[in-house]
Amino acid sequence: MTRLNIAKGRVEMVHGSGGRAMAELIEQLFADAFANEWLAQGNDQAQFTLPPGRVVMATDSHVVSPLFFPGGDIGSLSVHGTINDVAMSGARPCYLSVGFILEEGFPLADLKRIVDSMANASKEAGVPIVTGDTKVVERGKGDGVFINTTGIGVVPEGLNLSGDKARPGDAILLSGTIGDHGVTILSLRESLGFEADIQSDSQSLHRLVAAMVEVVPEIRCMRDPTRGGLANTLNELAKQSGVGMQLFEKQIPVREPVRAACEFLGLDPLYVANEGKLIAICPQDRAEQLLEVMRAHSQGRHAAIIGRVVSDSHHFVQMETVFGGSRMVDWLNGEQLPRIC
Amino acid sequence: MPAVRLCVKGQVQGVGFRPFVHRLATELSLAGEVSNTRSGVRIDLLGADDALKRFRLGLYEQLPPLARIDQLTEERLEPAPAVDGFHIIASESADTPLELPVMPDTAVCPLCLAEMFDVADRRYRYPFINCTHCGPRYSLIRSLPYDRPNTSMAAFTQCEACLAEYHSERDRRFHAQPNACADCGPELWLESARGDRLSGDVIEQALAALKRGEILAIRGIGGFHLVCNARNEAAVQRLRQRKQRPAKPFAIMALNAASLESAVELTTIGRQWLESREAPIVLLRKRADTGGALAEALAPGLDRLGTMLPHSPLQWLLFHEAAGRPSGSEWLEATHPMVLVMTSANRSGEPLITGNDQAREKLSAVADLFVMHNREIVHRADDSLINAISEPPAWIRLGRGLAPREIPLAQSGPSVLAFGAYMKNTLCLTRGDRAFISPHIGDLDNADNCRTLEESVGQLCDLLGTRPEHIACDLHPDFHASRVAAAMADRLGVKLHAVQHHHAHVAAVMAEHKTTEPVLGLALDGVGLGWDGQLRGGELLQVDSAGFSPVGELVALALPGGDAAAREPWRMASSALHRMGRPELISRLFPDRPGAEAVGRMLERGVNCPPCSSLGRVFDAAAALLRICEVQRYEAQAPMQLEAMAAGVKLADLQSLHRIQNGAKGLELDLLPLLESLIDEADQAQGAARFQAALILALTDWVCRASRAQGIKRVVMAGGCFLNMSLRDGLRDALIRAGIQVLLPQAVPANDAAISLGQAWAVHMKCSGSHV
Ligand SMILES: [Fe+3]
Ligand SMILES: [Mg+2]
Ligand SMILES: [Zn+2]
Ligand SMILES: [Zn+2]
Repeated sequence: MTRLNIAKGRVEMVHGSGGRAMAELIEQLFADAFANEWLAQGNDQAQFTLPPGRVVMATDSHVVSPLFFPGGDIGSLSVHGTINDVAMSGARPCYLSVGFILEEGFPLADLKRIVDSMANASKEAGVPIVTGDTKVVERGKGDGVFINTTGIGVVPEGLNLSGDKARPGDAILLSGTIGDHGVTILSLRESLGFEADIQSDSQSLHRLVAAMVEVVPEIRCMRDPTRGGLANTLNELAKQSGVGMQLFEKQIPVREPVRAACEFLGLDPLYVANEGKLIAICPQDRAEQLLEVMRAHSQGRHAAIIGRVVSDSHHFVQMETVFGGSRMVDWLNGEQLPRIC
Repeated sequence: MPAVRLCVKGQVQGVGFRPFVHRLATELSLAGEVSNTRSGVRIDLLGADDALKRFRLGLYEQLPPLARIDQLTEERLEPAPAVDGFHIIASESADTPLELPVMPDTAVCPLCLAEMFDVADRRYRYPFINCTHCGPRYSLIRSLPYDRPNTSMAAFTQCEACLAEYHSERDRRFHAQPNACADCGPELWLESARGDRLSGDVIEQALAALKRGEILAIRGIGGFHLVCNARNEAAVQRLRQRKQRPAKPFAIMALNAASLESAVELTTIGRQWLESREAPIVLLRKRADTGGALAEALAPGLDRLGTMLPHSPLQWLLFHEAAGRPSGSEWLEATHPMVLVMTSANRSGEPLITGNDQAREKLSAVADLFVMHNREIVHRADDSLINAISEPPAWIRLGRGLAPREIPLAQSGPSVLAFGAYMKNTLCLTRGDRAFISPHIGDLDNADNCRTLEESVGQLCDLLGTRPEHIACDLHPDFHASRVAAAMADRLGVKLHAVQHHHAHVAAVMAEHKTTEPVLGLALDGVGLGWDGQLRGGELLQVDSAGFSPVGELVALALPGGDAAAREPWRMASSALHRMGRPELISRLFPDRPGAEAVGRMLERGVNCPPCSSLGRVFDAAAALLRICEVQRYEAQAPMQLEAMAAGVKLADLQSLHRIQNGAKGLELDLLPLLESLIDEADQAQGAARFQAALILALTDWVCRASRAQGIKRVVMAGGCFLNMSLRDGLRDALIRAGIQVLLPQAVPANDAAISLGQAWAVHMKCSGSHV
């Protein structure tokens, strides 16, 4: 077996051929980093038994430009993203799979950085990557690296979280500041210079979730406001539960540099992506206790009660602004298109 | 003796028409009868030919103030029926909806005023006086037919005296549905900001509070007003502070036109509208030399002021009190020094407040004192607003007194329900050869306005007894109105038509001018989404009954920050500087803007910088380049201040500062040279005047070329930019001189309030013709 030249080498078509070159890549780049008993089985699949409870499964494909950014990279992001999707059901995430799509010519050094970062994120989270796949596409047909991850977890006895369970009167909690990830990525990609003061919030939230559901198992639902931001996620939940929501702008935590950057860029932080935040809806009388648990946890230090569920046949999400007015938090079709005539 | 049957269509029910016919016929010794029908009023007459002739004349000449005859048909009755005397006959049953217009609210009539100020009258100082000639209508109506049980007056049972008037054919209050008096009708009371009911005379105490400089919340016809003494600078400033409205102009109210003369230049047309039954806010030019008589803070930086006269009995009573409760009507003609700020009561961005509880909740930190009443406001109605500094006057908002607005169309066609735009939203429903525009609903960035929109849809359809056969909306995917439209089309199983914003702007003007013939449409505004996903706010279209085709557009400028660029004109100036290749000037011109450095990079990289061919944004850029306005604190502040700055300025010389080329987008008009000329302009007023004058040259050149190319000599001017009267008048005059016929928005505003009518007419034309 030849040693890959990781410092100078690049991904070649042959690395996806299914032949020896591919085996070398997997052996030297992935197997070492992800090393665990399931990968060591050497099969095309991982075999495991799960603890008792309902099994949940989630998948997420990750494409991000730039691949490396303050606060993380596509590797850690792909681990956090899927762990969070599993965790939002209240589940304990158990195993991950990974699928890489690599573009011909991608530097092996960068690939190694990404893989190591994934391995770290997975170890830190205590959720092993137990099976994987690699494909190579021709130059120009990819954007360096795309990563798909799938996660499997188990929901403990007595928990039943779902987006259709919000009820009028419930409290809406947010685990921390919004907008950090999206603004960091945009600023870096377009060299706007804001990224000096901010970083992505990419992190896995399952430990925070475990702490929350342990103390307040009555939580109605949780969701991570990733693409589309807080606004779209809350609109989804409002629709799903057939309720309205009343938010209070004053109480929504936004870091000052993020707020300033959004104002300048003409972006509404409510619509900007997050990668390490969650929204929880719980009965009003448990809200203070839940807030306490969240704030006591390192991933929820800036948690806040940001609004309440109201009864509204229109399922509107609206917000009292810092100026005392009220505005719609619309469910946009896509990007924020100008509307002022 | 000859006998005839007259069938009258128009505004002939609930306006004292039958008592009027009865009086006229009796005076002329005609026998016969009069009755309401589904489509109007039927009059059978028996008498001498000469008397019949005088009846027909009198019908038009002595028509009651609120009545309007749209159509009069006549047939001979043979054989002549045998009748004795003249009678009013009971109405046909109202099982099916009436084909009648819906009446807006109107100001107190002179007869009611005289009664209200007559110490001996039983309605002396009664703040809810009304009759068939005046008073609330639309604001009270829950459903049709227009009968008391279907209005918010259902809560009040008429006393014997009122009932007698209501049933007397000869009385002005015959079938006056809101008829009431102090014994049986709605009442007024006073509350502190803490919600305590205060005793004593309401009017007397309200006036005392105004004199002390306090802010009052007064429940009116279509909603609450916030009121204070307009001569008290501190009071006006306090109102600005509490309402969190730093700069947007406030309207004022005085006893009569004469009392306004020291503050504004009264135009003939302005005076007519001030004194009209519709009683809108009328914009008039501020006098330069008011000598500080009015608070400076009323309309800072503007050359005009919104003015109005009392229209509700309560408002009259405040002036009556201020004048020392004179009896008779003479004092109404004399000038009186009291001038009040009269501004709609709402929190920023929210709709006008109509309910008592809502007012208590939302205004407790704004008003010192509340004047409440217990006649429920069913339909909210903002004050209507018209600009009368020039002829023809231009509507800015259709609300109380004017909406629902009925527009006669060129042809009959299927019923179309149109959902309007995102800002200044209105609805429009067509029935036969008429279009009905709902009152101003507001901007759809507010949930209450979105709810009002949905309620208004049902109300408008019910009120007109019409089920839409087609539904129209804008192309933009993020207008709440368009989502409601799609859902409704789906529910009813009717076709949904997405009409491009500027097509609708042009079609609205075509609708009111009853034309389906091809026109060249010049649409100038802020932003509308085009058929191809491009944002435009300045284009030339050829529009006919089949649809539209693009003819040309302004060369686009990037909008740095999307909608943020519409709020902050300095961003548009930066965008222009960037396009000129002089980005280094951005931070030199706007050193106080924290983002001045980064906006260059943003433009460079095209981050959230959608291109848009908008004249509105060019105005913004010009205002910012001239340092007239860098950040707007209310909509259109920058262009309005620019217009004010240019007013009356003599220009040294004028040259054209534009380029036109025939490109991929048709005739492309580039105004960059004009903007460039403003950079080093030391004299703001000269710059503003040059900008407007050279803009008119450019637009004239552009339109004339397009007119020749298309072989069309009729031009529609549409879009919010034409609320700028200098631009409108200047361009109109230049085009007329060039032999082009100009169609202006007159019955409806030039801005997005007209979009619903335009959408409806575009679809109506298409579906009535051979283009289905
Ligand atoms: Fe428009
Ligand atoms: Mg996800
Ligand atoms: Zn009257
Ligand atoms: Zn009475």
